[in-house]
Amino acid sequence: MGMNISTKQAYGKALLSLGSQNIKIIVLDADLAKATCTLEFGETFPDRFFNMGIAEQDLFATAAGLSTCGLIPFATTFAMFSAGRAYDQIRNSIAYPNLNVKIVGVHGGISTGPDGASHQCIEDFSLMRTIPNMVVVSPTDPLETAKAVYAIAKYEGPVYLRLTRDPMPNITREDKDFIIGKADRLFDGKDLTIFATGVMVHKALKVRELLNLEGISARIVNVHTIKPIDTEEILLAASETNKIVTLEDHNIIGGLGSAVSEVVTDNYPVPILRIGVNDVFGQSGTSDDLFEYYGLGTDCITESIKEFLIKKAVLNKKN
Amino acid sequence: MYRQAELKILEEKAKLVRRYIIKMIANAKSGHPGGSLSAVEVVTALYYKIMNIDPHNPEWEDRDRFILSKGHACPVIYAVLADLKYFSINDLKELRKIGKLLQGHPSIKTPGIDMATGSLGQGLSIANGMALGGKINGKTYQVYALLGDGELQEGQIWEAVMSAYHNKLDNLTVFVDYNKLQLDGSCVSLKSFSGLGEKWRAFGWSVIEIDGHNFEQILSAITIAKSTKNIPTVIIANTIKGKGVSFMENEVAWHGGATDDNQLSIALNEIGGEDAWV
Repeated sequence: MGMNISTKQAYGKALLSLGSQNIKIIVLDADLAKATCTLEFGETFPDRFFNMGIAEQDLFATAAGLSTCGLIPFATTFAMFSAGRAYDQIRNSIAYPNLNVKIVGVHGGISTGPDGASHQCIEDFSLMRTIPNMVVVSPTDPLETAKAVYAIAKYEGPVYLRLTRDPMPNITREDKDFIIGKADRLFDGKDLTIFATGVMVHKALKVRELLNLEGISARIVNVHTIKPIDTEEILLAASETNKIVTLEDHNIIGGLGSAVSEVVTDNYPVPILRIGVNDVFGQSGTSDDLFEYYGLGTDCITESIKEFLIKKAVLNKKN
Repeated sequence: MYRQAELKILEEKAKLVRRYIIKMIANAKSGHPGGSLSAVEVVTALYYKIMNIDPHNPEWEDRDRFILSKGHACPVIYAVLADLKYFSINDLKELRKIGKLLQGHPSIKTPGIDMATGSLGQGLSIANGMALGGKINGKTYQVYALLGDGELQEGQIWEAVMSAYHNKLDNLTVFVDYNKLQLDGSCVSLKSFSGLGEKWRAFGWSVIEIDGHNFEQILSAITIAKSTKNIPTVIIANTIKGKGVSFMENEVAWHGGATDDNQLSIALNEIGGEDAWV
């Protein structure tokens, strides 16, 4: 076992191997190549790397133009400046004409840490998910990230890929195929299902152990694709475990919790607890301190879930 | 020098294009006549004289590209594309109607439209991407972009101006439809500026300033642009908003709006020529 790496570092490595196999792969960055890990691709394939300077609107519309020439641009910057700064360019010049551009948002969520609220994008799932034609992918570990990079390169159409800053151990299985739109059930359980994405899948695994100690059996599903959401897996959870918790490093409005809730309310209403950043801006701090502060530490999540289960049990008795 | 007969043909095409613009907007009961009419000569020169295109194969990968960054002026390109048989003249009658081909702003689903536009300020970056893609792929096609002057207020334009110079995009030629008016008033009344040509020159571009209604000047400028190596060229086309229809010329109110029956017949009379809209 080597040292853990972040999903953005895994992205940099995957780009490098993908770039050596496919000359259509183009990478664009906006003066963050060192931070987004595209630098090595740029040094290895200088003719297929464009550092556009601090000009994100230009970057994403240029990527749109490049994609019309049969090239596959990976347009990369921080999540805040892709999903946020260049929203109109992504919406009108990439998604509306349904172009084959891969939009990469590094430093998603409050786990971005010390840079503070201006750089902690907690709205990217929401912004990208509501655009027609867009696919939204959020891998949880380095292994899954590498597979996701290959899968989205193969997929024809616009994709938003969210990546994160903290080193992460691999928790997904080597032999598991990455299928866009197909959630990955990591553990089965009967009392509730936790749908988690990105860094929060790691928290979900620890929460599962804590709940186990209390005799609560939680099914754990890694939702690596926020859109298209895996309707089938959600409905199985609703009908088989009757209670659902969603877990994301994102505003509780508009992201994974909303996506799961939409499927459940439309098809098979069961109680849902959405856990995430509670519609507030973050602040500077280590990611661990921030998770604790905003109620996203494993103990706090476990308590929230127990409280949710008790409340629903009381309600059920009243009915 | 171009032969008088060639210029005469272009002038007749310009009349035809103007007739279609006025008719399709009248029929749709909405649209943007002013900025469509100011761009007629530039678009006509490009499509009938300059661009290497094949109406039977709109997605031909070696074709020259045209990006209408000021997407609201789409009636001008719809008129040309219909006349070149990318689609039917009858499609012009269904502009802005539900379930039909011609959207209020260009959609990529329309044959001959190289990119969806409408949200201003994005077209130059898109054209840069196509020019860059051409160089990466070893293609010799040219990329043309038409920008509005009001649109130059968008910051992204100047990001793209820097990118085109940095990447030595000499396969790119940009037109500014310099008609001096925008929706709410004159451009300088909203954001005053001086020295438009000087601005582009300062960014390293080759700059040519012309009368944007004079075919000879348009064609000469394009010839110079195509032979200019290592840097991109901008052709600042001095134009008149609403050109060709007296009551629309230099009238801010005709940025958007449709003629009534009486205005329609006056406009068509003034434009002259004939068309195939029956």
